[in-house]
Amino acid sequence: MAGIVGWGSYIPKYRITVEEIAAVQGQNLKAIIDGLGLTEKSVPGKDEDAATIAVHASRDALKRAGINPKEIGAVYVGSESHPYAVKPTASIVGEALDIGNEYTALDTEFACKAGSGTIQINAGMVDSGMIKYGLGVGADTSQAEPGNALEYSAAAGGAAFIIGPKNGSVATLDFTASFTSDTPDFWRRALQPYPAHAGRFTGEPAYFKHVLGATNLILKKSGAKISDFDHIVLHMPNAKFPERAAKILGATPKQIEVGLVVKKIGNTYSGSSLLGLAAVLDVAKPEQKILVTSYGSGAGSDSFIFTTTNKILLVQKEARKVSEYIARKEYLGYAQYLKHMEEIHK
Amino acid sequence: MFRESPILRWRGYNDRYKLKGYKCRVCKKVYFEKKGLCPCGSIEFDEIELSGKGKIAAFTQIHGAPEAFESKAPYCVAVIDLAEGARIEAQVVDCKYSDLKIGTDVEAVFRKFYSSGEKGAIHYGTKFVPKF
Repeated sequence: MAGIVGWGSYIPKYRITVEEIAAVQGQNLKAIIDGLGLTEKSVPGKDEDAATIAVHASRDALKRAGINPKEIGAVYVGSESHPYAVKPTASIVGEALDIGNEYTALDTEFACKAGSGTIQINAGMVDSGMIKYGLGVGADTSQAEPGNALEYSAAAGGAAFIIGPKNGSVATLDFTASFTSDTPDFWRRALQPYPAHAGRFTGEPAYFKHVLGATNLILKKSGAKISDFDHIVLHMPNAKFPERAAKILGATPKQIEVGLVVKKIGNTYSGSSLLGLAAVLDVAKPEQKILVTSYGSGAGSDSFIFTTTNKILLVQKEARKVSEYIARKEYLGYAQYLKHMEEIHK
Repeated sequence: MFRESPILRWRGYNDRYKLKGYKCRVCKKVYFEKKGLCPCGSIEFDEIELSGKGKIAAFTQIHGAPEAFESKAPYCVAVIDLAEGARIEAQVVDCKYSDLKIGTDVEAVFRKFYSSGEKGAIHYGTKFVPKF
């Protein structure tokens, strides 16, 4: 199968703490932190949106891939906060990257797994010979209604992956599997500014059924055991869900540690599991096995097994790491936060 | 509205989206945005890639902003000397006015400029942030 030839990430500079939000909303801070397992989240700058995040991450992916951008034959951007209802984010990214005009482009949407699906599409197109390289992005400036439980975690960020031939990859894609059903756990109706969710229904019948379903399916297909993996990334709506799912799968805290970026930046929706994968690739050594499972409400999960190659060490320093974006931060008060969120929708 | 036409912005993609430079074939001076005539007398230029790295040559803070940027005021605008020798005027974001000084290292980022009202196009392009 194809593999990852370059990856990039981006997290906006701004943060708001769970403590700041809880104080304004008059809610129990300890209960929220215990429930979500995170203490702060990223907030987009007033002039940032899913398109600007996608461009930033994609430019870093190009630096690591070291290829001529005009060799990219497909651009797919997954998000649930595309700036336009009609007009593709993917063509904005293609133009900013100077890819030229000879490429196919689409925006994808499947709640938080819109980005992971682009890896499967690109891998299929590379393997079929339709394209040499494909760019896939997951990026979001997640929406949350003030006062809603989502407000504590809905964050901004994204990651981009250039998929190409196995030879020359920094990580080969060994297996992929998906698990999908019609499950009404979370949605946003047309023209509505904020999503709605079905409360506790987002747990067992939604997140856990699909994340465990896809992960168990890929383990069965590949014949791998959970202990075979050096790193495991599971979609991160909060820190508690992936920690619990990992425990059910028999994974150790050490296996999920590097990719568990949610604790510092919140849930970046389409960027979530992909930022976890980027954080792992930033520090991975050659010949390491990585298991990634995304989750998108509505509902479905995509699982991937990657094996890193010797080439990964040559490109890790070619662009900024997820940890560098996490370290760069400026805290906002709640009033400033509201102004940022209001601005990004203008 | 400030430069409301999406077509006008579309014509500037090479400059503001991709940060292309133009190098005089005779004196080798590099410009941001296409020139018809170089002071050396040449009318021949080659398109080049600009790295997006530069230093602040002058800067100010805008309080009384045009309508399209009103909600983002106050914000910083700078004259930036790019590494390749070209000079560009652009917003510097993700910083406070007090963070900047002449000589501050900056790097290009892709950001939203403004939207043409609720129904109009969204305009993007290059801004700068202090190097981090």
